[in-house]
Amino acid sequence: MTAANAIRSDIDIHELCCTADLVAWSGVVALHQGHQIALFYLPQGHDRQGEAEIFALDNHDPFSGANVIGRGIIGDKGGEPVVASPIYKQHFRLRDGVCLEDPEQRLTVWPVRLEGDMVVLETPAPDHPTR
Amino acid sequence: MTAHNPTHDSRQQLVIIGNGMVGHHCVEQLIERGATEHYRIHVFGEERHRAYDRVHLSEYFSGKDADALALGEPDLHKTHGVELHLGTRISAIDRDAREVVTPEGRLGYDSLIIATGSYPFVPPVPGPDSDMHPQARLVYRTLDDLDAIRSHAKTARRGVVIGGGLLGLEAANALRSLGLEAHVVEFAPRLMPVQLDEQGGIALREHIEGLGVGVHVGRATEEIAALSAGDDYRYRMHFKGGETLDTDMVVFSAGIRPQDQLARDCGLEIGERGGIVIDDSCRTSDPEIFALGECALWQGRLFGLVAPGYTMARTVAGCLTGGEERFSGADMSTKLKLLGVDVGSIGDAHGVTEGAKSYRWIDEAGSGYRRLVVSADGKKVLGAVLVGDNSYYDTLLQYAQNGIDLPENPASLILPQSEGGVPTLGADALPDTATICSCHNVTKGAVCQAVDAGCADIAALKIETKASTGCGGCTALLKQVFENELESRGMEVDRSLCEHFAYTRQELYALVRVEGITRFEELLDRHGHGLGCDICKPTIGSILATCWNQPIMDPQNVALQDTNDTFMANMQKNGTYSVMPRVAGGEITPEKLVVLGEVARKYNLYTKITGGQRIDLFGAELHQLPDIWQELISAGFETGHAYGKSIRTVKSCVGNTWCRYGVQDSVGMALELEHRYKGLRTPHKIKMGVSGCTRECAEAQGKDIGVIATEAGWNLYVCGNGGMRPRHAELFATDIDSDTLIRYIDRFLMFYVRTADKLQRTSVWRESLEGGLDYLKEVIIDDSLGLGEELEAQMKHVIDTYECEWANALGDPEKLKRFRTFVNDQCGDPDIVNVTERGQPRPARADERPESLAVEISS
Repeated sequence: MTAANAIRSDIDIHELCCTADLVAWSGVVALHQGHQIALFYLPQGHDRQGEAEIFALDNHDPFSGANVIGRGIIGDKGGEPVVASPIYKQHFRLRDGVCLEDPEQRLTVWPVRLEGDMVVLETPAPDHPTR
Repeated sequence: MTAHNPTHDSRQQLVIIGNGMVGHHCVEQLIERGATEHYRIHVFGEERHRAYDRVHLSEYFSGKDADALALGEPDLHKTHGVELHLGTRISAIDRDAREVVTPEGRLGYDSLIIATGSYPFVPPVPGPDSDMHPQARLVYRTLDDLDAIRSHAKTARRGVVIGGGLLGLEAANALRSLGLEAHVVEFAPRLMPVQLDEQGGIALREHIEGLGVGVHVGRATEEIAALSAGDDYRYRMHFKGGETLDTDMVVFSAGIRPQDQLARDCGLEIGERGGIVIDDSCRTSDPEIFALGECALWQGRLFGLVAPGYTMARTVAGCLTGGEERFSGADMSTKLKLLGVDVGSIGDAHGVTEGAKSYRWIDEAGSGYRRLVVSADGKKVLGAVLVGDNSYYDTLLQYAQNGIDLPENPASLILPQSEGGVPTLGADALPDTATICSCHNVTKGAVCQAVDAGCADIAALKIETKASTGCGGCTALLKQVFENELESRGMEVDRSLCEHFAYTRQELYALVRVEGITRFEELLDRHGHGLGCDICKPTIGSILATCWNQPIMDPQNVALQDTNDTFMANMQKNGTYSVMPRVAGGEITPEKLVVLGEVARKYNLYTKITGGQRIDLFGAELHQLPDIWQELISAGFETGHAYGKSIRTVKSCVGNTWCRYGVQDSVGMALELEHRYKGLRTPHKIKMGVSGCTRECAEAQGKDIGVIATEAGWNLYVCGNGGMRPRHAELFATDIDSDTLIRYIDRFLMFYVRTADKLQRTSVWRESLEGGLDYLKEVIIDDSLGLGEELEAQMKHVIDTYECEWANALGDPEKLKRFRTFVNDQCGDPDIVNVTERGQPRPARADERPESLAVEISS
């Protein structure tokens, strides 16, 4: 799964999966260059009123050491969308990956968006593109 | 035994003789007040058991064992360096040498506490030789006495208790629960002559006779004669006047006498009719020796109740640690449930105070009786008698103890209320000095202080104040005071499930049922807000599953589940899952056993037999689960629901099919139960057990629902569990047939589902039920709420709509899409690394993982 379309010179676009692979109000995991990325799909957005939203966090749970974040339950804490680790139940903010119980712990946030039927990941292009 | 005066230890030596309820309470009080800093404490108990709850002794025959009756923490003494000598009898006190004589030698003391309690009084009735006929002269006082009663009851049909007082009626109840025809013989013209007046005695007698217990009052037993082998019974009791009563065993419960022999022998002052004389600080005639509890005589009075004993224990603990407490007598009011009949007696129950006037309410049809004794001026309550309904007790006691002025119409305090229930004295009307818990002497003021200090629920309040941790009789009052205090502080008790629903689980359950809600989002729209969370989603998922039994993998349910339910397997620490197919009742064919082995070998799964008689296969990755289950289902397995808050397994022994001792087919019953209830979603997991005889090899009494075979049918036990806080199940129904058993379990389970809190096991639920086991029996057995049919119909719906969740998922490609480790790659999780131990795989520890992987993870 490598760069499919280069629409801007400084950004690489990667298609991770189809929207049909996502599960409403829940998570799935995609593999990208050895990184495990948990994708959370909120079909009516975090307020259940608006556009569909997608969030992407590292799948690695720093507390248990297991790759399980994509299998947590989605919810909100005071209106802030979070995912609860399925192992020891710590909550991570979907927006920035910060752990509510231990703000020192923060999951990497991946820049993903929905584009048509695809879920795409945007990463900075290498310094000297070979294209 | 430690040396008399170890040179390294400057502490004084304190010896306590007696390890009953009061002696034990004294030790607790001493520890709490830091006495172990100044004293080396030795406690001697003549019995081999730890201190236990003698007040609830008869529960020994209805499911509780010695451990369940034991008081306090098992390692209390050890933790605090108190030397506990059980099964050790002190033979003498040498006051000159200041030593006690033990079987192992002498032990010096600086201070001595005598808490030897009392012994049962056995009147000198002529009878057969007691060595040859121990069953003609049994007593009811200790656990060993109860063991003796139980062993003799095995070959007996009828048992007679001599003594119709409080303990005698308890003993009769014990005989009854052992399956005997029980009779009570009382010398006085009425039952419980100390606590009840004539009319109260009549009402109580009617209640008790209605239960099938023979009551014979005004009878003096003159002789117990052994009958010959050909007779129907073993003994014939001859009463004064010529009447007789035949029986197989006789239990004496004709009162207690203070156990004061040690004190007599060493010359302490003894009352004319026994009892060690003490002053207000519980000191005997020797100032270094204290006495307390039932062996102590204060101002010519003996106290045969636990509450005054506890007060004395606090007094002595205070004296030894610089406190100022004084014993100033005790209230002898009592509230009891004897053979299921409420009996209450407060203060001057007989109205002997000069000028006292009484109000009486008599219900001859229902054998109810209430008497209110008021002062000559009609302003204060002096005493009361209650038979049949104790709901009036708390209020009357508060009036009596706190000298509260009577209302305009005092009779209203004992009259049946047409509406609004029993008149209660609002908790706010009580003065701060009002005693809430008399066992631990906790006042309303102390409760208020604890609330001020931050106790936010009853559990915290109990820990902080100890209120309601003795006999438990004040639970309702404590709750009332607590809620009143919160209210008066403008605080509300927040029982919301979570920030998204301002309802309890029970309320949400009702909303789902009443409004016919089938989707989480619908409930969220109508009664909640936000997205929900990992608290409310699984809870509501479980409620929806119980009510409508939709497959948990259906799209509207899938995002609600915890990972275990989502993937129908149990997540382990490394993110893999364990797989556990149903092996109902632990019965499995060799062919299926082979299949489990083959599947485990093929997928390299760690294999272990579980406590629930199943086989658990560990280490499957998400994407392997459908393949594994395809193979298992093809071989005839179905899901085991090991992942759900649901009915798990029904453990069983082989029963009478193979066992020499079995009396019923326990495997057959286990299979029937497991297949009936499999798949039922519940507030917490439920385990069951079925044993084929009383040897109880299936450990059914450690389960939420336990069934034990009897010659005549089944005994049903409920609300036990192992785990963090083990609890013995309680006997719920005896000798019932299979249909009745299943009907009770149907109702029980559905009632639990309906009323329990989230993640509340049956044991905790049972303890939180107001009215306790009796209430539960009323609801389930007597159908007091008229819910029986509805609960059964609900259960029938769940049973009729059962399907194997794994079979359902395997038939639907959309559902199977979820079982992918990565949505864009077929590979497994590269970070899962196993090592081999004892011939099987297990997750590698951090230090066993290849270094390169560790770098990968931290990057």
